[in-house]
Amino acid sequence: MSSKLRKVLLDPIFNNNPITLQVLGICSALAVTSKMETAIVMSLSVTLVVAFSNLAISAIRNYIPASIRIIVEMTIIASLVIVADQLIRAYFFEISKQLSVYVGLIITNCIIMGRAEAYALKNPPWQSFLDGFGNGLGYSFILISVAFVRELIGSGKLFGMTILAAKNDGGWYQPNGLFLVPASAFFLIGLMIWAFRTAKKEQVEEE
Amino acid sequence: MKKDSIKRTVLVALALCVVCSILVSTAVVVLRPQQDENRRIEQLKNILIAAGLYTQDSEVIGRYDETIRRIMIKLSSGQKAEDEVVAAGLSPERYDIKEAAQKTSSSESINAVDDLAGIKRRPKWVNVYLIVDAGQVRGVVLPVFGKGLWSTMYGFIALDIDLKTVSGFSFYEHGETPGLGGEVDNPRWKSLWPGKLLYDESNDYRLKVIKGKVDASKPEQKLYMVDGLSGATLTTRGVDNLLRYWLGEKGYAPFFARLRQGEFNEQ
Repeated sequence: MSSKLRKVLLDPIFNNNPITLQVLGICSALAVTSKMETAIVMSLSVTLVVAFSNLAISAIRNYIPASIRIIVEMTIIASLVIVADQLIRAYFFEISKQLSVYVGLIITNCIIMGRAEAYALKNPPWQSFLDGFGNGLGYSFILISVAFVRELIGSGKLFGMTILAAKNDGGWYQPNGLFLVPASAFFLIGLMIWAFRTAKKEQVEEE
Repeated sequence: MKKDSIKRTVLVALALCVVCSILVSTAVVVLRPQQDENRRIEQLKNILIAAGLYTQDSEVIGRYDETIRRIMIKLSSGQKAEDEVVAAGLSPERYDIKEAAQKTSSSESINAVDDLAGIKRRPKWVNVYLIVDAGQVRGVVLPVFGKGLWSTMYGFIALDIDLKTVSGFSFYEHGETPGLGGEVDNPRWKSLWPGKLLYDESNDYRLKVIKGKVDASKPEQKLYMVDGLSGATLTTRGVDNLLRYWLGEKGYAPFFARLRQGEFNEQ
């Protein structure tokens, strides 16, 4: 893989992360990160959807009339999301109950629309696919990190396995309920943005 | 043809719609059998969990076929109603109480004074499940539901064949606050239920979910009372009310009377 393509794929993870730098896709990052399991399935779905929507949109980019550009993008994204949702319901039934409406809401995830507009419309299919995949990975990285902290502190578990024995189950650990409510993800994402921008000064926005 | 001409725009839109709709409908049709099967197994699993017979996912169907016998009953009379349900155009096998309670044709309204569970309408019929062991009915699993704090909570309660002793209780669907009301799913709380009595000698309903902890030194509390969930007074009250409704005179009482007379002992 040439260094340019590698940059397209890997940049969105640290250097141009869709959540911490572009601050997109925050809504689902709050909603599905109370457990590792749901966060991983959600990450996987978003990564696949954004990669393939970028691929499809880029493939037909020269045929899309400018006047209906957005609606064409939305139709492609929505179709892919429905397929992903159906697949999850068929093969990850337990998890689909927890994700409930959030899979459907991938349609409105700004990262996907954002990448279609900003990248796929102007670049060839293979690069767009990698760009989508990379942005999906960047999103996944944040989602999974947040879920790790929330599940561990909020319920003393990881992947549903007990790590810190909670008082309710006869252990010693008093779970911090704050980490189970969506608002806690705000604090965690805030801290991550701070850490990212401290480490990489060029990400700081100018006044 | 110019890229932005009207003809071209319509053409692209149409082509896109056709491709996308084929993609979506293929996915839905191909995956539906698997999804239906998931839902069915889920239901069987919940019944086994309440009955205390659940072992692991792969054994659900086998265990269910071995130990459970499903009967469709009419709630108001307690009679067998398999044929009635079929006549109403519904499948007893795939009967869904949630759906049934929403349609006027398959539900009945509950008088406001009686409506302890806060559900306003209830299905006319429900599936109840007999726990059968070596040809003998050992107990019964009943669907129950009612309002908690945020959501309608759906669950199953399992009773011994004396129809007084709880042998298991579990919710399979609710939207209560995680960590507070959501603790209805906590195995420790659920383990408090088996052995509790619903009715006293004169057959009055006595079970109560109390605020705080049960004092095991008092027989009255030990027999009939269950710990409330701390920090979830309204969910606890909802649980108490919905059981009071379903296990009271207006709930399964007609079915219990028939079951006691041995109406369902034969296949």
